[in-house]
Amino acid sequence: MRIAIIALFWLVMLGLLYHTRKTRNVVFWPLLALACLLFFNLLFTPQFYQLDWWEGHLYGVPIDILNHSSKVAILSLGMTLVIACGGIDLSVGAVMAIAGAMMAMMSKEMGYSPWACIAAALALGIIAGMWNGFLVAIMGIPPMVATLILMVAGRGVAQLITNGQIIIFNDPILTFIGNGFIAIPFPFILMLIMFALTYSFTRGTAVGYMVESVGDNEVAARRAGLNSRLIKYLVYVFAGFCAAVAGLVMTSNIRSADANNIGLNLELDAIMSVVIGGTAMTGGRFYLASSVVGAILIQTLTTTMYAKDVSPVVAPVPKALVILAVCLLQSDRVKRYLASRQEAA
Amino acid sequence: MSQEILLTMRGIDKYFPGVKALSNVDFTLRSHQIHALMGENGAGKSTLIKVLTGVYPKDGGTIQMNDKAISPTSPRDAERYHISTVYQEVNLIPHLTVAENICLGREDRSFGLIRWRQVRDRARQALARLDLKIAIDVDKQLSDYSIAIQQMVAIARALDVDAQVLILDEPTSSLDEAEADELFRIMRNLREKGMGIIFVTHFLDQVYRVSDTITVLRNGELVGEFPAAELPRLNLVAKMMGKELDEVKELEKRAVGTTESGRKTVVSARRLGRKGSLNPIDFDMNEGEVLGLAGLLGSGRSETANLLFGVDAADSGTLTVDGQEVRLDSPAKAMRLGFGMLTEDRKYSGIIPNLSIKENIILAMQAKLGPLRKIPPWKANEIADSFIKALNIKTPSRDQLVKNLSGGNQQKVIIARWLAVHPRLLILDEPTRGIDVGARAEIEELIQKLRGEGMAILLISSELDEVVRNSQRIVVLRDREKIGELTGEDVSEQKILRVIAQQSKEGKEQ
Repeated sequence: MRIAIIALFWLVMLGLLYHTRKTRNVVFWPLLALACLLFFNLLFTPQFYQLDWWEGHLYGVPIDILNHSSKVAILSLGMTLVIACGGIDLSVGAVMAIAGAMMAMMSKEMGYSPWACIAAALALGIIAGMWNGFLVAIMGIPPMVATLILMVAGRGVAQLITNGQIIIFNDPILTFIGNGFIAIPFPFILMLIMFALTYSFTRGTAVGYMVESVGDNEVAARRAGLNSRLIKYLVYVFAGFCAAVAGLVMTSNIRSADANNIGLNLELDAIMSVVIGGTAMTGGRFYLASSVVGAILIQTLTTTMYAKDVSPVVAPVPKALVILAVCLLQSDRVKRYLASRQEAA
Repeated sequence: MSQEILLTMRGIDKYFPGVKALSNVDFTLRSHQIHALMGENGAGKSTLIKVLTGVYPKDGGTIQMNDKAISPTSPRDAERYHISTVYQEVNLIPHLTVAENICLGREDRSFGLIRWRQVRDRARQALARLDLKIAIDVDKQLSDYSIAIQQMVAIARALDVDAQVLILDEPTSSLDEAEADELFRIMRNLREKGMGIIFVTHFLDQVYRVSDTITVLRNGELVGEFPAAELPRLNLVAKMMGKELDEVKELEKRAVGTTESGRKTVVSARRLGRKGSLNPIDFDMNEGEVLGLAGLLGSGRSETANLLFGVDAADSGTLTVDGQEVRLDSPAKAMRLGFGMLTEDRKYSGIIPNLSIKENIILAMQAKLGPLRKIPPWKANEIADSFIKALNIKTPSRDQLVKNLSGGNQQKVIIARWLAVHPRLLILDEPTRGIDVGARAEIEELIQKLRGEGMAILLISSELDEVVRNSQRIVVLRDREKIGELTGEDVSEQKILRVIAQQSKEGKEQ
């Protein structure tokens, strides 16, 4: 049974690889890196492919990976659009902390209903995004600087909300967000829903195309009648919203609001996912699915290192190497070299 | 003057994804020769130069220099074979001194330290070789000198490697007449000394003034090599365009009708102006009429267009559209009134380089529809294909990235973008800049066709003959001010020049 599942998985994986290569889909490269890692684990980490069905829940290392990658994947959705628009958002980690703090505070200290807590936290994320959007799109401050402000100040705001305490809560609905299962972990389901909505909204309407136009040549887009400011403003708002959702997942997962540690450094993981996914930092074409695969790749790498007992002290090194490899594979120069090799053959 | 063969290129091929940039091109350069390389945009001139200087590897053929086969791998490598290039944009470092620029990367050193005296001497020698009329101080910062002098410095730098072959790629595009003359004198000088010069240019006059031999390329293929004295100008144009002679004549003779009275006014501007950019001006634009804006560089032509399209907001005067006063402060607003604008700088404000032709064409249309009403893919394809066909855009597919097209084809894509929204008023700011003769003729024909369909067109061009040929009425600008308006019989190059000259004389007397 187990072998059948593994075989089926690899069949699907190889099919995907073949198809994405043939259609020259950008998702091929992160997918290839992911396949290599999984293949390594197939050979050297026997417990890796162990899946268990227990009390209506699916458990196992792959499931953990999907579960834990969800936060960064959700962040990367907003980050993809921001980067496609030629910007960057360094504040998403801090916004996660703010949203988490708000949710915990309202539930534990003020006794609001869980739905009100969620709504308030999400609203706060949107407000944070509006602030970033205001600085970048309206005031014209370079995105790196503009979002750095909230990155630094945001944790202070979160501390202010929690009064410097770590607030522990146990509302069943709030804890479900980060710990629940509907056969598979709820954070992953939430991520899939967010992905599906973002994808269909950006590609089903002309929003994605407009974001790409503005990111590739803002002046030309504006001269062609696009409201480039509004578009830039809105992507930051969306990034803020995504950060709030990710913040809820993480806070709920540890059942406490820790203003200092929630979302710490995750903005960098999110940016990395987007870059691995093949969206250029200079803006233009973006690839949402590819960013999500990038997030899963990063988590798989982390989990693999845990499984192989790599000390956390040196863990960043192999992580950096894999990311370097993926980025190199996507670079124009390597692509040209590979293309010329292919033609020669 | 004995001419020996310096350089031969035989059967050169070069492919780019989806495009055959050069196919079986031959080129021969002799000593004591100025050899012009001519062709429309996309003919393969730059590609041939880049293959020769090692920027691109060649995909076929041979290059021989002094009877030895060579294949340079970089411009630096080409210099080792005594082939030097001066590019269109001066590729020097403005904040270094003239001497540093000339010797950069090949300074005389001892014990790892640069020997500045030698460097300066060498720079002086290199400049002396040019036999310039003006003295250049090698210790001065390069940016203190005009573009023309910077170009001379670039040539001096190119000669510093004992060049036998000098390639000048559009060297005169940013020079005025006197400066170009000086350059030609230097070129003739170098020819005396036995050098072979490859001269790439768009300007027909200049070709005849300095070249001995002309090689014409078209669509990546060799049309032929001709002695300049035996190739009349008209024949050259015909060869470049790949057309028959009588067709060219017709194009040059084509006259344009005059304004009929009683046309409906689309826009009228009264005292429209913006501080520091344009002094208040008046003008009307009518249906089915081309209004030309003539004037020298910096006279306020583009500024007028920018006010009309809301790129800049006017701070004085009024703009009336259909009898209603409007305030334009964004292109989006102007578009809602049915305006469109082809901007002056294609790269900066025209194309979305990394998106496809299709996506570039539907941009304005989609902007008008708003983000939520997406143009369905089948319709976008249909629109793109119809414009690719109608405007004769040369591309293997509508999904090709716009950055991969030649200048003329990029321009057509942007024109298609505006035609797709059926504007009633179209502003064309330098529609033929940097594009080849053939595409230029096609665009001019299109202007007349659109005018015939009742569109109001504002035409800006620094080529006076182009404005005259295509406009029914001309507003003449000078120093950010309107100084005259010509209609009907008065629309001629002489009249315009007279208006501009006259005004400036009065200005001096005051």
